Amino acid sequence: MTDTSHGIGGLSFDTRKRTRPPELNVFFALIGIVVIFEALGYLLQGQSFLFDSADRFPSIFNEARLKIIILQVAIVGIIALGSTQVIISHGIDLSPGSVVGLTAMVAMSFAQTATVNGNPNPKAIFGDWAMDLPVIAPIVVGLAIGFGAGLVNGLLIAYTRIPPFIATLGMMVAARGAAKWWSKGRPISFPTEEFTWIGNGLGGWMPVVIFIGLAILFMLVLKYTVYGKHTYAIGSNEAAARMSGINVERHKVLVYVIAGMLASLAALVLASKNLTAQAGMGVMYELDAIAMTVIGGVSLNGGRGSVIGTVLGALIFGVIISGFTFLKLDAYYQEMVKGAIIVAAVVLDQWRQQRQSARS
Amino acid sequence: MKDDIILETRGLTKHYGGVHALEDANFVLRNGEHVAIVGDNGAGKSTFVRQITAVEQRTRGDVIFDGKPVSFGGPLEAREAGIETVFQDLALADDLDVPDNIFLGREKTKANWLGPFRILDYKAMRQATLEGLEKTAVKIPNIANTIRNMSGGQRQCVAIARTASFQAKLTIMDEPTAALGVQETAMVENIIRTLKEAGQPLIIISHNMRQVFDLADRIVVFRRGRIAANLTKDQTDPQDIVQYITGAKTGEGYEDAA
Repeated sequence: MTDTSHGIGGLSFDTRKRTRPPELNVFFALIGIVVIFEALGYLLQGQSFLFDSADRFPSIFNEARLKIIILQVAIVGIIALGSTQVIISHGIDLSPGSVVGLTAMVAMSFAQTATVNGNPNPKAIFGDWAMDLPVIAPIVVGLAIGFGAGLVNGLLIAYTRIPPFIATLGMMVAARGAAKWWSKGRPISFPTEEFTWIGNGLGGWMPVVIFIGLAILFMLVLKYTVYGKHTYAIGSNEAAARMSGINVERHKVLVYVIAGMLASLAALVLASKNLTAQAGMGVMYELDAIAMTVIGGVSLNGGRGSVIGTVLGALIFGVIISGFTFLKLDAYYQEMVKGAIIVAAVVLDQWRQQRQSARS
Repeated sequence: MKDDIILETRGLTKHYGGVHALEDANFVLRNGEHVAIVGDNGAGKSTFVRQITAVEQRTRGDVIFDGKPVSFGGPLEAREAGIETVFQDLALADDLDVPDNIFLGREKTKANWLGPFRILDYKAMRQATLEGLEKTAVKIPNIANTIRNMSGGQRQCVAIARTASFQAKLTIMDEPTAALGVQETAMVENIIRTLKEAGQPLIIISHNMRQVFDLADRIVVFRRGRIAANLTKDQTDPQDIVQYITGAKTGEGYEDAA
């Protein structure tokens, strides 16, 4: 079938192969940004950004920096995996940040230890019955909150047909309110040893292991399962998906439920890592997650993008944050550059689409 | 002779609120027959087709398909029963490739116990796609190309190849060449002829008189929601059909539409 030839009616076909995958461009952008920080590092600091110039580590890399880069994006990265599939389905989810706050508060209430240094837990939310519960309790409670929030988002979007932006904006505000209401604004602390492990286990690598594990899982799910195919199909052409017999409503509910559960999972890791839960946790996480997704080449118009892109987008984020710290530049500049990169990524995506539609 | 009927509608009616889009349509299609449906815009052609394929639910009337009265809950059920439709507005997902589109909504899968997360059988779908394209004599150089990168004619061919990849008992095409150039139209018409040779019954909605007389055995004229005439090709000619469409003439037995 690779012959160019002529079809019926003497029509010659377009034989162009697939265009270069956008993930490759994101990868080049990542390399480019690393190179810039390397150069600036030698110029301004007299040392390498990623490589082990002081010979402190067994490998040629500055392992501490690599760890920081990936560790600081792992938790938001988990949310970004959810955002990726939401945006591919031509939706948007603004609620994960608040769901993180609410989940952290509620889950931590069921993860508290009874005694701290021989004294009763000073931050106890419930009575003795909720103390020293097996770790499965906060995990189940936490995931249930993500499930519930995602279910409400999904049902609103699929069945009332209000725009995802509005439905999830409502959830964003409401869930943050619920998080503050839960303990009347007080932080909840002192989790059990077991719960602490979720965010600190494996020498502190747990968040990264969870992020990478889920990234691989979702990469496979989006590429090789019916769920993934329908997500792309709905984002690409919802009417066509419906005419093909896909239950678009049910699928959308599932997409938002999964996004909600990923947000609550991120909350469990975050609360565990910080050993405390506060109602203000996760503010702006949804926007960082969307930014990672968009930088990674997922189209806001739906139908296009991949988990690999999002992981690369997350790494770009991590590199920029560490790079600015490394160069001892103020965090202000960091945010300004982050903003510029987000806009640039969307502009590039638009150009790419215009070029493609101009061709066909 | 009666067993020969693949599709019959009796008193098929569709009202959108107060608008009577389709009124009392009695229609018969025999196996192997190619029937053209013509009529002005808003005459009820697409509405008629949408009731058969269950994209919409009819107000009243019967649809008898393959000998049995049917009442499909949606387009997927109609398709599973063997009615394949090529829609006017090309129901294709631009970002997916050819096999993905052909099998959209009825993917070949493995590990079905995984429910919505069952695994796609890409190899089997690719194979079936190649066979389907061969059957319709459609040539697409690289089926791994996304639809976005294809011409309008190729897109239409993909939409039509869908019907050949599944053993359709009836194919319905709603203005399949309306958006196509001259050469691409010729290509699609050739595919329709191969369907005719294969004995596949077909309903085609078209505005193009030349095409109608080229492809169809029989012509059914719709006017203001009613069937106004039902003529075999040798009973009529393009001028005659235009008179039925505009209302200058009304077919025998269809005086209600006058």
